[in-house]
Amino acid sequence: MSEVWVVVVLVGAATVALKAVGPVALGGRELPRPLTAILFLLAPALLAALVVTQAVGGDRSLVFDERLVGLGAAAAAIALRAPLLAVVVIAAAVTAAARALG
Amino acid sequence: MTGSPTRTRYQDGARRIAPIGAAAAVFGASFAVLARTADFEAAEAIAMSATTFAGSAQFAAASILGTGGTVAAAVVAASLLNARYAPIGMTVASEFRGSALRRLLEGQLIVDESWAMSRRSDGSYDRRLLIGGGLLLYVCWVGGTALGAAIGDRLGEPERYGLDAAFPALFLALLVPQVRTRQALAAALGGAAIALVLIPFVPAGVPIVAAVAACLVGWTRL
Repeated sequence: MSEVWVVVVLVGAATVALKAVGPVALGGRELPRPLTAILFLLAPALLAALVVTQAVGGDRSLVFDERLVGLGAAAAAIALRAPLLAVVVIAAAVTAAARALG
Repeated sequence: MTGSPTRTRYQDGARRIAPIGAAAAVFGASFAVLARTADFEAAEAIAMSATTFAGSAQFAAASILGTGGTVAAAVVAASLLNARYAPIGMTVASEFRGSALRRLLEGQLIVDESWAMSRRSDGSYDRRLLIGGGLLLYVCWVGGTALGAAIGDRLGEPERYGLDAAFPALFLALLVPQVRTRQALAAALGGAAIALVLIPFVPAGVPIVAAVAACLVGWTRL
């Protein structure tokens, strides 16, 4: 089995289980409040880390290249409330343009 | 009980979420295209959309593998991104009926959008809206992924189109609506700082998993 298949199967199984916990096992009951607070903070912490690693991450080094130009354009698009797809397309197009010019 | 017929209520959910469904199809297609940067085959991308059915976790797993991260880092980071579905599922749990298998299958249709849309003004949840909306999103998401996988094979080198920069832009766009409280902002800034500091010193993927430590601000009062 390829590495990708292992990831696909394990992430799929984990997600199915996480979504099922409430409806199947714990119908009606609630998690302790501090635990819930932390679980809801996982997404912002992980997404912010993903922004950083995808924008400046290299092979065990920080790499500052055209991706940052594209990310800046994306940030401007988000500030202007552009839809998700437009944000992604703008980032890719600006990065590609910066590479072509650079 | 309101006495309104079952059939219309499921359809209400699908109708209300339709505009998001169109976006989900395009987003699913972009997942298949971007996953190619991590050497996903078409079948692997489609299987992931069909089983995981959660955009941010799928993009996270693909991006970690694509940047040389380990299987373990990809699985842990993606699973933690979906950890929110445990408490989200609990908020709607009392609305689900029937056998355990039926509740398990219907529970898979819980995604951020279908959950948010099914919330009534009194704080309870409408299961039929959730399932009708979730089902439409599921079809759009998996169908879009299949379409993207078919198109993606003809695109060639992803870097030429700046697709590597599409990942951080996407995560930023997903992050912004999550940062609504001071605690969420602190968790985001903490997670970013941890990742930035660790990148030069540890294998790819590990900085993302380590960023989870920033969630501990949930125990403080900000």
